[in-house]
This record gives sequence, structure tokens and C-alpha cells, in this order.
Amino acid sequence: MSLRETIRSACRFLFGDSARAFGSLSVLLLVLLAIVPAKDHFREWLHYQREYQDLIRNRSDAVSLARRFLGGVQQIWLPELGVVDRCSTCHVGLGEASLAGVAMQPFRPHPPIPHSLTEFGCVMCHRGQGAATTVEEAHSSTKAWEQPILPARYVESSCGQCHERPLVGTPQLNAGREMLARYGCVHCHKVMSPEGRTMTATDDPPSLEHVAAKTTREWIFVWIKNPQAYAATATMPNFQLSDDDARDISAFLVSQSTPYLSDASRKTPPVPAQDDAAALQQGSSAYGESFCASCHAMQNAAGLMVGGNVGPELTRVGSKVKPEWLAEWLRNPKVYDPDTAMPHYRFEEKEIGLVMGFLGSKTDSDFLANVHLDAATPQQIAHGKTLVNERGCAACHEINGVSHLDNFAPELTAVGSLPLAKIVFAPGMPRTLPDYISAKIRNPRSFGNALKMPQFTFSDSQVDSLVTALLAQTSRAKTVPVALRISAALSSTYQPAGRAGQLMTDMRCFSCHTINGRGGDMAPDLTWEGSSVQRGWLVNFLKRPNTLRPALIRRMPKFNLTDEEANVLADYIMIVYQTPNFDRDQIDASKFSAADTAHGKDLYYGKFACNSCHIVDPIKDKGYIGPTLTQVGLRLNAAWIFHWLKSAQALRPGTMELNWNMSDDDARAITAFLMQQKAASKEGTSR
Amino acid sequence: MKRALAAFALLTLAGCRQVPSSAPAAKAFGAAIVDVSGEKQSAGVGAVLDQPVVVQVNDAQGSGVAGALVEFSAASSVWFNPPSGLTGSDGQFSTTVRLGGMSGEYSLVATTRDKTGKPLQVAFPEIALDYQQTLGWELSEKYCSRCHNSESTAEKVSNHDNLSAPPHSFSDGATLNQISAANLIAIISHGGAALGKSPEMPPYSPTLSASDIDALAAYIRAIADPPYRPQGVFNANP
Repeated sequence: MSLRETIRSACRFLFGDSARAFGSLSVLLLVLLAIVPAKDHFREWLHYQREYQDLIRNRSDAVSLARRFLGGVQQIWLPELGVVDRCSTCHVGLGEASLAGVAMQPFRPHPPIPHSLTEFGCVMCHRGQGAATTVEEAHSSTKAWEQPILPARYVESSCGQCHERPLVGTPQLNAGREMLARYGCVHCHKVMSPEGRTMTATDDPPSLEHVAAKTTREWIFVWIKNPQAYAATATMPNFQLSDDDARDISAFLVSQSTPYLSDASRKTPPVPAQDDAAALQQGSSAYGESFCASCHAMQNAAGLMVGGNVGPELTRVGSKVKPEWLAEWLRNPKVYDPDTAMPHYRFEEKEIGLVMGFLGSKTDSDFLANVHLDAATPQQIAHGKTLVNERGCAACHEINGVSHLDNFAPELTAVGSLPLAKIVFAPGMPRTLPDYISAKIRNPRSFGNALKMPQFTFSDSQVDSLVTALLAQTSRAKTVPVALRISAALSSTYQPAGRAGQLMTDMRCFSCHTINGRGGDMAPDLTWEGSSVQRGWLVNFLKRPNTLRPALIRRMPKFNLTDEEANVLADYIMIVYQTPNFDRDQIDASKFSAADTAHGKDLYYGKFACNSCHIVDPIKDKGYIGPTLTQVGLRLNAAWIFHWLKSAQALRPGTMELNWNMSDDDARAITAFLMQQKAASKEGTSR
Repeated sequence: MKRALAAFALLTLAGCRQVPSSAPAAKAFGAAIVDVSGEKQSAGVGAVLDQPVVVQVNDAQGSGVAGALVEFSAASSVWFNPPSGLTGSDGQFSTTVRLGGMSGEYSLVATTRDKTGKPLQVAFPEIALDYQQTLGWELSEKYCSRCHNSESTAEKVSNHDNLSAPPHSFSDGATLNQISAANLIAIISHGGAALGKSPEMPPYSPTLSASDIDALAAYIRAIADPPYRPQGVFNANP
């Protein structure tokens, strides 16, 4: 039977007479009418809602869960934020804390966060397509919606859209933002906050205008080929230069270098010979006593890196610097680099010689072993200059004859919203924005050998942190209502005045201490220091700073101040750095009675157990989290102690000391006891 | 159910990218696999664990076997770098781990095979912290760990042994799991003395907010070993 005949007979069967036709059309109509309810019945979200009802049915809290369950499409609509989220249509249990043990999505409750889901919606943090009601459309990139849901490991980036200030609870975002500034990313890439503040670098790449005075061409050659071979902690990235390119760049850098000393005839102090073990030991002691390790790291004999990261690592410094440069640097670093964070130590010439001997012994005989460079030709120097321009060296370093580069690399202000259509993905890589940014940071040259971005050496978690910080740079961040925005703390340009100001600049107090919002966080905030300490103690401490907190590695160095300098500083601190909240002399310690003191001692060891963290009696007490208090009666004044005991956080926000909220009587008694602590000590050893 | 699982898999896969790798062929076979280090760490969801996870493949005498193939596996959202490889000359193999995007316990399984092809396995329990628990961890590092963590380093000297009543480690589930949620929060807020315990534990309520203290309690519960399993059913928040 042919096809035509089959169709003909089927038609005859269905529509052969009017009764048949009526019956067939009725059936067809019923089928058509059933399509819409059937489609509705098989909707994905309905399926999940039915599954949720199955899930809660047999639980003992079924009644309360069922009462709060709202069927149908749910929507959070926040016009101010541009949020239309229907995620809770399927994620029905988001607010049900009692479902915490449920592992199956989409029914897990949302983990506790400081924001309410109904006030912020879902896509503010998780991105994706909020208005969608299918799994595919809501979570993935589609033709109509580029931005898929954000992988959970980067979710802190969304906090960064509103929170510019470092936030407790988002360690990854905070670390990423610090890295953008510390590893020099922002020298080449402009990154602006939604309020239009440009992120500034916190590293300080050295000027190369006098580089030949500091080091040799051979060292430059090896360094620029692989900075991490010289110092594992180096922040300069690897530009993957060929031998020829490194030869030419080093030739150019040496040729552009100018002398920096007006008086080039100054002699270097006598440096002990490298086989003079006693002198090396003395140099090592001088290095330790000057607390160089507060800022500089050095690999010890066990291979461990010991020290801070404010200044460069010194493990192989003897292979790098020229002795005459080092002598001048130790005399006064500002002569070579006016903006250095390193203080002016006022060393004696003999000490300089000892420290030079010690640093000179920090060499690596393999480091420059097979490096031989012939004298540079003019062609090589010219080629070196071309390379320096091409590679963007002047984005970080000052170089004679090469102008400073702004915006050398693409701006990253809105990189978190970069449209996928604008991205050139490398073959085979996942086509998502986080994957693209992460691949760019891990291995920039995988996108083409001609790219200029250098190779960094970051750990997996560092890359995640950087990607998190960059993904926070969204276009949505700019449209966030002002009321929701937590601005970054204003950067302070505070500068103390007069001669004290000069001295504080000279000693680089702000490299470690913060005063009035400006400065580092290595050492205590000194904003109210004048209300806190006694003048006699302060003068002594400035001249002979030693261990106030014996458990710390990082301590205040000795700056070899004269009496006059110490007095100028002490006067300024005592007069200017006073809190307006109380009068320094409001409590007269001489009026405390023996009964006060005895009561205070009971409270100190009993009710408040201050001895858990502080030492008053060096023989009996053991706690050493806070500063030792054996001489606190000579160091602090009574009013400060009293107010500190009541509310330390108000005097120094962020201090580890608790707000005790003590009663006036308790605080007074403990103050009386502490003001008695005036243990005599050998001057300059344990104060 | 199946669709929910598929959706879950899709979600977690979207958040993870395995390093493309072809497992090398084993050059040697061991008789046992043991954990060396890296177990029971905690990190934020989707964060890389601080310490790598290290296993050692041993022969029947208990000395390390070089060249044995070790493969790591876990929930699909966990990322290993590298996911597999051969043991070094000391018989050890180490991998960097990024936990998945859901908070809770993860079990990482390292597998090697003996001569007969029988799989030998060792499991590493690890914990992913949610936002609140991460906040608790940060606060604990600042305010608590100097006394509650007995491990002392040059940068962070422990005060644990100086106290007359040595504080419990936060992971000491055997003890801390016995303390009810209300009591745990009361001790942190009002100090040890207020609850008849050591006054060396100070009261934190004037310094930390109630939500900070909740976060600390959540962190303590999250890292408890043995794990904290609350009894009975809790009602949802009103």
C-alpha cells in the first residue's frame, strides 16, 4: 500500500462522515486544551516545590515548615538595587535554619550572613540571572544573559562592591586588594573605586637614576632575568627576557645612571675582613640590636625566612650592593632615596663598618658565577632603551631619559563586568570571566608571546585572592545607592610640625606607627601618646628603646638620638598628642591609700585575673600577651590607666585589650595598685 | 531527586576547574598508604587550604616507596593541584587543595594500588567554613588563639601554658560539644568567673558584639573534633 493510499484511508477513517469528523475534532480540541496545564505541571520549579514538600512531610517540624512554605513563583523585587530575583522559587528553604543538615540543593538554608535576603536579594552577591525560573537560565551564560552564577570561591568579591573598607570576615577580598597595591599591579593598570578614588601602590620600586652607584651591571643582568633567583620574596615579576635583551637593558640602565653624591670623595669606614669572626659577630649583633629584621627578611641557616617585608630581603645582599654605596646608605638613606621608608639611624662610623662587614658576608658565590658581560656597544645601549620603553619599566621605576608611563596597561576599574564578547579566550580554556582573569594572572604569556604582562610567582590562594579583588570591580558597584556604600577610610596626609616634625620624618616614625590616621600598623598608634605616658619615661625610651613587649620580634630600633633631640620629641608628643576626652592630670597618684592598693591587688589577681596576660611580678607572674607592667608606675599616668581599664577600645580602637566596663571603684583600685609598680631596673636593659 | 542532584552537580561543576592532567603510569607499588600531614584543616568555602595535603606510600616494611601513583578524589567541587602523581624519593606525594563551595565537612581520599591492583586508601577530613564561621575564625585569631592554641611560634607566642587552668583547644569537641549553645555564648560574653569557671577567661561582651560572639560560637562548633552533632530537632527561627 502506498503512502498516499494510507493517508487517504486514515482521513476516511477520521473524517469519513460528519459524526466521525465531529468526534475527531473534539478529541483534538481536548488534547490542545490539555497542553497548557500539562506544560505547567512539568515546570522545573513546580517539580522542586513538590520535592520540597516531600522532603518536609515526615519531619517533626513539618507543620511549621509547611506553614511558611509559599507555593508559586516567588520574587524579591528591589528597584533601587536593580534586583528582580526569583531564586527563592526553587530555593524554598533559604530562610529555614532548621534545615541546616540538608545537603541537597536547592533546599539548603542560606548560611548566616549579616544581610537579610529580602533586603539585598540573591544576584547582588551570587550574580547569575535572577529573573529566570529554570536552572539553566538562572545559573549559566545564555545567549540573552552573559553573566553566570559566581563560583562560591569568589563570592567575597561581591562584598567588595559596596564595602571599600577592609571587612572582618572577608579575608580573601582583603588579601586580594592588598596584593593589587603591593605587587605593583596598579602601577600599570588603573583601578578606580566606584567613588572615583584611584587605588595607589603600597610598594616602592626604587628609582634607577643612580643605579650604577648602587650595584653592578652583572647584578642587574641576573636580577632582571629572574628576580626570584636573587630573593625569593622579591615582588618584581619575571619579564622572561632573553640573554641578549637582559644584556642590552643592563647596558642602558648603567649608561643612563648619574652620580648622586655631591661629595664623591667620602671614604667608606674601615670594614672588618671577612675572616674576622669576632667582628662579623659584632656586626650581626648590631644588625639584631638595630632591629633591622623588623623590616628586612633574611634566610637563616635552617633555610627559614626571618624578618619583615617592609624593606627588601637581604639574604644575598653582599652579592648586590657596592660597599661605598652601602656606607652612604647606612649613614643616611635619604641621600640616595628621598622617599625611602628606611629611617636615618645616626650610626657611628664604627658601627657602619661592622654592619657592612656583616651584610657583606651575606653573599652567594653561585649567584654571579657565570656572568661575563663585554663592554656595551652604543647599539646595545640604544636597543636597551627601546626595550625599556616597550616593556614599560618606567611605569614603576624612575629612569633618566624615559618619561613616566601612566595607564601602560588596560584599566581594570570595571573588569568584573567585562563582557565575554570582548574577551579573547585562549584555546581550550573555560569561557568564563573568573577563569580568564585567573589564567591571565597565572600565565600571561599563554595568551600570546608578544604580550607585555610579566610572569608573577603567586600561590593558588594568592591568585584566588587577586581574582576576587578584581571581580569586585563591577559596573553594578557604581549604581549601588550611596546609603549602602561603605567608603574607604580617607587617607591622611598628616604631618607633624616644626623641628619635631623634621625629626619624625627623619626617623620615619610613620613607617611603623600611625598618628592621626597616617602611618603603618607595625607599632602602636601614637595619636594619644601624650595622654598615656610620663615624660621622664618617654625621653628615656626614645634614647634607649628596649623591650616593652618581650614576646615580640618586631621592636623599636635605637636611633642614637642626642639628649636635645629626645627632649624636642618628648615635648611635642606630650603637648600635642593628647586626647580631648580627659585631663592627663585629673588623678593624683600620690593620694591613693594603702587600702586602695591592697584592694587593687586583690582585683588584679582575683576578679579580673590581669595576670593571665600581664606580668607585674617577674618571678611569680607568667602571662605575656600584653606589655609587662613591672614599671608601669613610671611609664603611664594614673588617668590613662583608669580610663584604659574602663574602655580601652575607645582610647585605641582595635587594641587587643578588652573593654572591661569596670566600675569607677574597681578601676581606681587597680590604678592605685599599678601606679605602685616602679621596679628598679638596670638602665637600658629591661625597661 | 535525580534532577536535583543533576542541578547540584551542574552548580558545583560550574564552580570548579580541574587541572587537565593525564595520570602518569605507576613505576612502583606500595603495600600501604598513610597520611603525613594536612588533615583536619579548615578554610573558607572555596578557599585553598593553608597547608598542602601529604600522603606517603609505604612498602610492607613501612619505608617509603618512590614512583607509586597516588590519585586524590573528593566531591566534584573540590580542586586538587595536582590531582594525581607519582611519589617522590621519600615515598611522599603532596597536593594543594581548594575546598568546594558548600560549607561543611569534606573527605579527601588518596588512593594508590598494590601489586595486585587492589586499591589502598586513606581519607583526610577537612572543613569548609561559611561566612559566619570565617568571621569567627578571624576574631578567634585576634582575641582567643593566643591562649586557646597551645602551639607557639616566634611571631605568635602562645600563652596557653602560662595559665593555671589551661584553656581548651577550640577543636576539642569531646569537651566543648558537651557545653550547650547558650552556655558557650554565656562563657564568651560574661567570662569564666561568672559561670564558676576560671576568671582567667575574660568577659568579651563589652568588646565584641552579640553577632561577633555568635560567630565565634559557630566557628567553635564547625571545627569540633569529634564533630558537633546537636541532638534532637531544632525549630526554625521564629
